[in-house]
Amino acid sequence: MKILIVEDEEELLNTLVASLAKEHFVIETASDFYSASEKIEIYSYDCILLDIMLPHGNGLQLLEQLKNTGKSGNIIIISAKDSLDDKLKGLELGADDYLTKPFHIAELNARVKAVLRRNKLDGKNTIETANILLDLQERTFAVNNENVPLNRKEFDILNYFLLNKNRLVTKNALAEHVWGDNIDQADNYDFIYYQIKNLRKKLQAANADIEIEAVYGIGYKLTDR
Amino acid sequence: MKLLNKSLIYLSVSLFFIIGAWSVVFYFNMLNEIKESVDEGLDNYKRQIIYQLQKDTSIIAKSNFEESFFAIHKIPEAKAISIKDTYIDTLMYMQDADDEEPEPEPVRMLTTAFENNGHYYELNIINSMVEEDDLVEELLRETIGLYLILIISIILINNLVLKRLWKPFYSFLSQLKNYRIGSSKKFPEIKTQTKEFADLQNAVNILLQHTIETYEQQKQFIGNASHELQTPLAITTNKLELLIEKGSLENEQAESIAEVMQIIERMIRLNKSLLLLTKIENKQFLDNQPVSLNKVVHQTVCDLEEVIEFKNVEISISETADVTMHMDASLAGVAISNLLRNAIFHNILNGIVNVEISEKTITVSNTGIKTPVNEQKLFSRFHKSGNSTNGTGLGLAIVKAICDLYGFSVDYRFENDLHYFKIRFK
Repeated sequence: MKILIVEDEEELLNTLVASLAKEHFVIETASDFYSASEKIEIYSYDCILLDIMLPHGNGLQLLEQLKNTGKSGNIIIISAKDSLDDKLKGLELGADDYLTKPFHIAELNARVKAVLRRNKLDGKNTIETANILLDLQERTFAVNNENVPLNRKEFDILNYFLLNKNRLVTKNALAEHVWGDNIDQADNYDFIYYQIKNLRKKLQAANADIEIEAVYGIGYKLTDR
Repeated sequence: MKLLNKSLIYLSVSLFFIIGAWSVVFYFNMLNEIKESVDEGLDNYKRQIIYQLQKDTSIIAKSNFEESFFAIHKIPEAKAISIKDTYIDTLMYMQDADDEEPEPEPVRMLTTAFENNGHYYELNIINSMVEEDDLVEELLRETIGLYLILIISIILINNLVLKRLWKPFYSFLSQLKNYRIGSSKKFPEIKTQTKEFADLQNAVNILLQHTIETYEQQKQFIGNASHELQTPLAITTNKLELLIEKGSLENEQAESIAEVMQIIERMIRLNKSLLLLTKIENKQFLDNQPVSLNKVVHQTVCDLEEVIEFKNVEISISETADVTMHMDASLAGVAISNLLRNAIFHNILNGIVNVEISEKTITVSNTGIKTPVNEQKLFSRFHKSGNSTNGTGLGLAIVKAICDLYGFSVDYRFENDLHYFKIRFK
């Protein structure tokens, strides 16, 4: 899987590269409009992370260029500008998703994988690992082909963890992803602990070969057993 | 007090004194004028009498006034020489047409002396004078009449002319009262040729222009500042996440990093809320569509289910109407969600939250601290109640901003140990 990251902020670019490298993607970078334009002209990528504000140009122009050359698809806009206009325009020009800075690494990871999977040719929308299978279409979860009933939130949590397998998922990232963007007064995320506890119980009872472990009290990580 | 009435008071007080002084002066002038004219008449009589005496000496013995208006006395030569023409005011018993019996009346008397055939005589001629108290009375009546007429005409003139003159001013004033910085597009305008009003308009407009610029700059600054903070915040939080992920940390170090991450998280929330506020105030949400607020409430409660459960709060929804508003769907969600979160997080153990949806209002009430909260501060930015340090203090300010944007009103009241937040639709 080849990913192009177009981002002018070097430090952010480095962290994005470091994070996505852990998922064993092949990563290329561009930090201004011309080099990005050149790269998308010559090569094709499985996924492009695109910043809108670039030196010498605008990410939306790159989107147009991609559309004109028939290479659109699997594009995630990452922008500091959370403006509805940009979002609509970007999505209209063929972007698949729009992520506003600042974001959690886990969130970016999940979005990238979701985009990659959504556009896979086989059309199957499932996550399979160890002895479990999560069907995103049917919203069902099975361990050893046996259905394990999950409520809506538990399903979302598990999905998020599976997209970030072996990666740190902070409580903040999880709360934002599952309980909404505008969490303002979540004075503590203790309620997440109970959700995870319930999920763990269900996984154990079903003999799933995955487990959710706590990481330094700041978050969790889903690993194979 | 209105300017109109104030000028009336000043005018009537000063007119009172002016007319008072004028009438005193007028009185004495008139009296003098009358005396002069009477004296001239007396002088004329004198000549006629003396002339008459040369032809007819019979009247020389007339020493009493009686039926006529003169009296003659014989006097020694020495006395006659010392007499000069003198006019005096004196009283004399007379019976006027309106008198029942003779009474003293003011008269003007000329005393003079003349010589006839070697004899010297003193001549007194009288003429009745105007009665001074009558004159004063008459004058007072006329003066009061004049005063009243003046005041009445001033009131009329004030009402007609001044009202007309000040009309542009009052229209300007009402425009200014309705002017809202940020939402009013047109500057208040005065339609007049009056220089003072035109100057006023210029001064006010310059002031408004400055205020608007400052307001815009401030808005822009908040927007730009929070916008520029996004990337550094993204880098910091992502780097820390990668650091933790490496896993080669001592527990103590990891805890410190976790604490730092919590603080950064708070900054991010603050920043996002500020950006949201700026966007609301800049009216950057234009995706207005019919939104069922009943659905939004149910959806939000469903989203917060786990939090509600964790907080052990009883939530009940009562609906008497389906409320559909034409507004931005995400903003509707933010407003309802902030109100509900506020009610859930500032609650007590085993507390309750009630949501009432009626045709014109949505009311969220909750148990909490037993004392009312200051309403003015409640909706202001960065207000935090008591011990909660983790909130941004912007939640209710955002609710207020959204309500303002769509012309709803939101208020707070404390009743029967419940905190009520009510949104009223127009």
